[in-house]
Amino acid sequence: MKRISVARIVLYVVFAGMLATPFFMRRLSSQRGRPTTGKVDCQAAIARYGFCFTEVSQRAGIHFVHEAPVLDPKLNGIMPEVASMGASVSIVDFDRDGWPDIYVTNSRIGSMNHLYRNNHDGTFTDVAEQMGVADVNQPGTGVSMGAVWGDYDNDGYEDLFLIKWGRPELFHNDHGHGFTRVTDEAGLPPWINANTAVWFDYDGDGLLDLFVGGYYPENVDLWHLKNTRMMPESFEYAKNGGRKYLFHNLGNGHFEEVSAKVGISSRRWALACAAADLQGTGYPDLFVANDYGVSELYLNDHGHFHEAGQETGVGFAPKSGMNAAFGDIFNQGKFSVYVSNISEEGVLIQGNNLWVPQESKGLHYANLARDLGVELGGWSFGAQFGDLNNDGTLDLFLENGYISLSRTRSYWYDFSKVAGGNSSIISDAAHWPAFDGRSLSGYQQKKVWINDGAGKFEDVAQAVGVTDTYDGRAVALADLWNTGVLDAVVANQGGPLLIYKNTVASGNDWIEFDLEGTKSNRSAIGTQVTLFWNGQQQVQSVSGGSGFASQNDRRLHFGLGKNPQIEKAVIRWPSGTVQTLDHLTPNQLVHVKEPS
Amino acid sequence: MSQPAAAVSQAAPNAAWKRLLDSRFAPPVFITLILLVGNLSFGILESYQKTLLAIVTSIAGELILGRIFLRKWLHPASAYITGISVGILLRSPAYWTFALCAALSITSKYALRFRGRHIWNPSNLGICAMLFLASDSVAGLSIQWGNNLASLIVIWVLGSLILWRARRIHITAVYVASFIALSFLRAWITGDPWQSEISPITGPMYQLFMFFMITDPKTTVRSRTGQCVVAVGIAVVEFFMRLDSSVYAPLYALFWVGPAALVVEMWMDSRRSRATAPAITPSPQPARP
Repeated sequence: MKRISVARIVLYVVFAGMLATPFFMRRLSSQRGRPTTGKVDCQAAIARYGFCFTEVSQRAGIHFVHEAPVLDPKLNGIMPEVASMGASVSIVDFDRDGWPDIYVTNSRIGSMNHLYRNNHDGTFTDVAEQMGVADVNQPGTGVSMGAVWGDYDNDGYEDLFLIKWGRPELFHNDHGHGFTRVTDEAGLPPWINANTAVWFDYDGDGLLDLFVGGYYPENVDLWHLKNTRMMPESFEYAKNGGRKYLFHNLGNGHFEEVSAKVGISSRRWALACAAADLQGTGYPDLFVANDYGVSELYLNDHGHFHEAGQETGVGFAPKSGMNAAFGDIFNQGKFSVYVSNISEEGVLIQGNNLWVPQESKGLHYANLARDLGVELGGWSFGAQFGDLNNDGTLDLFLENGYISLSRTRSYWYDFSKVAGGNSSIISDAAHWPAFDGRSLSGYQQKKVWINDGAGKFEDVAQAVGVTDTYDGRAVALADLWNTGVLDAVVANQGGPLLIYKNTVASGNDWIEFDLEGTKSNRSAIGTQVTLFWNGQQQVQSVSGGSGFASQNDRRLHFGLGKNPQIEKAVIRWPSGTVQTLDHLTPNQLVHVKEPS
Repeated sequence: MSQPAAAVSQAAPNAAWKRLLDSRFAPPVFITLILLVGNLSFGILESYQKTLLAIVTSIAGELILGRIFLRKWLHPASAYITGISVGILLRSPAYWTFALCAALSITSKYALRFRGRHIWNPSNLGICAMLFLASDSVAGLSIQWGNNLASLIVIWVLGSLILWRARRIHITAVYVASFIALSFLRAWITGDPWQSEISPITGPMYQLFMFFMITDPKTTVRSRTGQCVVAVGIAVVEFFMRLDSSVYAPLYALFWVGPAALVVEMWMDSRRSRATAPAITPSPQPARP
């Protein structure tokens, strides 16, 4: 009897301890990854983390505020949700003056897109109207959702593909003096409701091809709905989205749609895609992050694709994929893939995915987001890898925040009761309760995770000056002022375009590469540079679009840390040519033309 | 969830399927099937390891605590169901949450007792505690089971069959009827589409809730009428919680109503036995953990 009594006391103590465990775990976790709050002290941030951002959009002459789409009145009740995308940013040196310019999209019918030309003095001037790429959201043509740039005709100037819910547009760059609409000649379809596209040369013929991922089905005109049954049939298993397109560049200004022919067939709800040679075959593979479902990885077998999401581990657990970005986070010469999802305390914790290639037979990935500390980022959208403090390891900049309306009333309850229901309920917008000014994961703090190089990321966003709480969508990284550091440009839904100018601690060196293809596509998209220094290596690839609705500068930026000894840079061009550069010195932009 | 209804029947039918339905293995087999079908069809689990961790923790806890407090090795079926339920219903990227939830569930059977009886459904208590105390780390099952009719029908047919054999189908039927009626009332009050109010019961969490949690024989009242009243009571409390936008209203409703009903039943039993004490020998209580 006495033994039982003692045991009972122990039992109660253990039970109470178990109830208290979440409290201790929370304290532990907040101590480990505590975001610094309060006033930003840039000097302290530079001393501690090696860099600091200053938001300079107004000073730079950029006063752009994104306008969200206004769709068919039948969707009025849930307009904040269905019209929650469209803010995008892409970096391009459209006039080849050696300074990155910025293109941003707008999404209200009649609104203007903006092309900000870099004035080389810290300011930008909007030249979109003058160049003919502003008035692209006219009634009856839909509205812009994003833009990707690539020199499809190899004339040395980046051309513009405009991603729309509506009529997609291709603009030819007339040597930096203006743009000519060539959509009809190119043979593009009359209507696609897309949020993502990427330029890449999938068959290695030296011409850039174009993948476009549909979101809503292409037969849906969101301004003139026949009915309200246009929502996903499931929150995580939907296959009633838009079709996918692969436009093969025929080299004469025409494109042929070949998706079915080369093995790409999906009606998942694509939100982000990116391409890079993940297998080391010399052909770029295609990663597609899908909303309402699993990600897809299309492995390129010399110009023909097979979907290998399950086989490689990235396409098993369905979530709400909203980003695809590649980064060699361990300096091992291999790309990891970052996919953003949704995490809302107490309601839905999907967690973002960081797919890290495993040392095993064949291509296989494991999700190490939690282990590395980049799992929870709220309602996450665009993210990009880049060495923000030039310490030699890739950091991660994440945008988030879905719908910021009321600060006190949330839509999460209504969202959750419908999202888990039967397909006949979830797929009809008329069945969704009205928003009535409520927020859904709004006013979220952004994440700037710095990589310690030893397997951990730490969020320093608040400390280094990224303190906004707009509904972030796209982020693009570029050395905007040719100072050897990566600045960040952020597009917010219904909010201002933000320019985060970076200041990096002196002493950390860098090197940048500006590549130009000759046998390969002239944009050099798909070219991989592996830099070897101080006994380590890092691989980066020129991208034709990555993240969410964004495109980084084509120039590749490597941070090198202190006193670097660069051994060599190995450049693998899409043509198969491998070029090795020796005797490189840090702190310079290296222009490289593909050997012919 | 705990060892559900099918274990009640002790008959020994000849037919193999009847043996299966009547045995204490039927519910574990059924819930395992749900898990496997769900995972193979929809990938509902982020990893088998987390579910396995919950199951192992649960069974280990039951064996250890049973040995200490009941001085016997308990059959693991009930703990298995608790563990697998935690594995299905809890969503979290962390491993520790699954182990803790399973441990809390099992330990509650021994720590939280009223007049020698545990009154909370173990996994309901464990999951509610985690949702309340560790909301930054866990969420409940909501959207991870597809949204199609086929999976719904399979669960309803198999679940109904088992509950019918166990003579507890009326609990689920009354709850469903109450939920639907109150959904229309809620839609009228809030002005939201009635489909959105009905929607939750077509989702996966409710299938497990209706077929396993509210029918758990060890944490439900004995009389058939009482069981129906409790089912209505759960639906009513849930109704008010839903008006207050509680995402996990059914789980919380059961958390409050289930134990309250048992306490009332025990109080009424004791009054009755006091009133008839000299004449009636008290019926023996089954040895419960």
